[in-house]
Amino acid sequence: MRNPVSMRKTPSRKRRSFIALIVLLALLATVPGYVSSYTVILITNILMYVVLALSWSIFSGPTGYISLASAAFFGTGVYASALLSSDLPLPVVIVIGGIGSFVLAFFVGALTLRLKGMYFTMFTFGLVELVRNSVHWWEVNMTGTVGRLIISADNMTIFYCMVGIFVAVLVVSYLIKRSRFGLALESIGESEEAAAHSGVNVTMVKSVTFAVSAFFMGAAGATMCMRWTYIDPTTAFSIQYSFMPVLMAIFGGMGHLYAPITGATVFSILEELLTTKFPYYYMLIFGLIMLAVILFMPHGLEGVIEKGRKKAMRRSAVGT
Amino acid sequence: MTILEAKGLNKRFGGLVATWGVDLDVQEGEILGLIGPNGAGKTTLFNLLSGALRVDSGVIRFKGQDITGLKPHQIARRGIARTFQSVKIFSKISVLDHVRLGCFFGKPEPRTGTGADGAIDEILEFVGLSSMRDTRGADLILANQKRLEIARALGTRPELLLLDELMAGLNPSEVAEAMALVKRIRDRGVTLLVIEHVMKAIMNICDRIVVLHHGEKIAEGKPEEIAGNQKVIEVYFGETATAVPDQPGRLPPGRQV
Repeated sequence: MRNPVSMRKTPSRKRRSFIALIVLLALLATVPGYVSSYTVILITNILMYVVLALSWSIFSGPTGYISLASAAFFGTGVYASALLSSDLPLPVVIVIGGIGSFVLAFFVGALTLRLKGMYFTMFTFGLVELVRNSVHWWEVNMTGTVGRLIISADNMTIFYCMVGIFVAVLVVSYLIKRSRFGLALESIGESEEAAAHSGVNVTMVKSVTFAVSAFFMGAAGATMCMRWTYIDPTTAFSIQYSFMPVLMAIFGGMGHLYAPITGATVFSILEELLTTKFPYYYMLIFGLIMLAVILFMPHGLEGVIEKGRKKAMRRSAVGT
Repeated sequence: MTILEAKGLNKRFGGLVATWGVDLDVQEGEILGLIGPNGAGKTTLFNLLSGALRVDSGVIRFKGQDITGLKPHQIARRGIARTFQSVKIFSKISVLDHVRLGCFFGKPEPRTGTGADGAIDEILEFVGLSSMRDTRGADLILANQKRLEIARALGTRPELLLLDELMAGLNPSEVAEAMALVKRIRDRGVTLLVIEHVMKAIMNICDRIVVLHHGEKIAEGKPEEIAGNQKVIEVYFGETATAVPDQPGRLPPGRQV
């Protein structure tokens, strides 16, 4: 479900989302003060998935190009951090990780975004393998090792960095959605031909957006790297970072900004619960839930929420 | 004055020759019709002119500048807009935002403070979609979707508008409205190149007509010249058919090219 630019939120709804956001941020800012360090790590993990899902839907939401390249950009950030974190302050490392992914995504995008549908998806899947194997080859042959030891930062620092990236990706998503750039993206998702003949530089808009979404994935990777003491290509470029954002977007929806946030949050809490409570049946239950969502909630959690909202509005309209 | 000039446009798809040595001169302010049987290369010609396809050889000049090989968005920004044979409206985007897209990304123009919104309102009013500004593209009937394509195209501030089968699928009263709309677009100062199969419409609105057949231009001239052109009649009705005009004396022989 896409959200065209003209379906602007009503002022009251806009104010309510703004208040909800402020409350959420206030909670996040103060949360390390009164929860256990386990919970802080859990929330950091959730935020990482929220960042991945949000940045994934910056590009794939409006255009409908299903990218499985997230792990390539995430892993690029991880390795940037692994290489630089001993020499540079963390915020700089995070930005460099983001820029590395941005550049990679821009060139890959410019070359391959002419591929459509399934072909694009398969290519992005292959990209992860390519980057992972290249890094692996480099480490074995050039560095002489497979993994790297990381001098990790403390959990609070990582947590606040992740909150910062979350806010940044949220602001950028919002600005893109509202701008003429967002309108161009929507039009590309509907008909690239018509968009191009209306003066939209389709290749440029797609590549830049792909790169912007990769920036945040790289930044998230650079941050998460600091939480691990050891990394190797298999963990850094794990394909789960590609599939999770897609599943979370299916689960949450993509039309509104809250949708990927809710999707990623519920999804990762669910994952945490299932792995701790049902370690043996975790994948089975997970699969069943996923099936049920696809069958009964075609627009994800968002579809259910929006339906409820419409119903409530109708009821209040009848009531007056 | 010539606004668009094409010389020797060739385009092949594998072994199929889509256009062969087509020359075209569009005069500023005219409505030029492009007709021909199915597969004559009309839409291919539009795709070449608008940059959707690259020419194999030949030159296209717009307002004296060479635009051969430019990308579609570059051509749109120079001032050539188009519509599509099978409408390509954005199903989930509102009518208003269709026009807004054209205004944002079309031909750049020094923008005054409230200029863009005023221009959008004016265009919606002009094509008669003001009352549906918040409707999604998918929820419009075909006739209105076609108007919406025109509105989006006009949003780019074109000097030349290419209309691909505007009348196809419309009922007689809608055809009449569409014909009036085309003439009003010309009166705005936009030059038009139109592909059309509805003969009544093409004869009525066009200043001149170009006939394509198997990718080649076989005739060019005023509507009444084309109506009497033996070659055109053969192409449309077969070799044996002859022109039987009501008053033969009034129809000059078509100019063959």
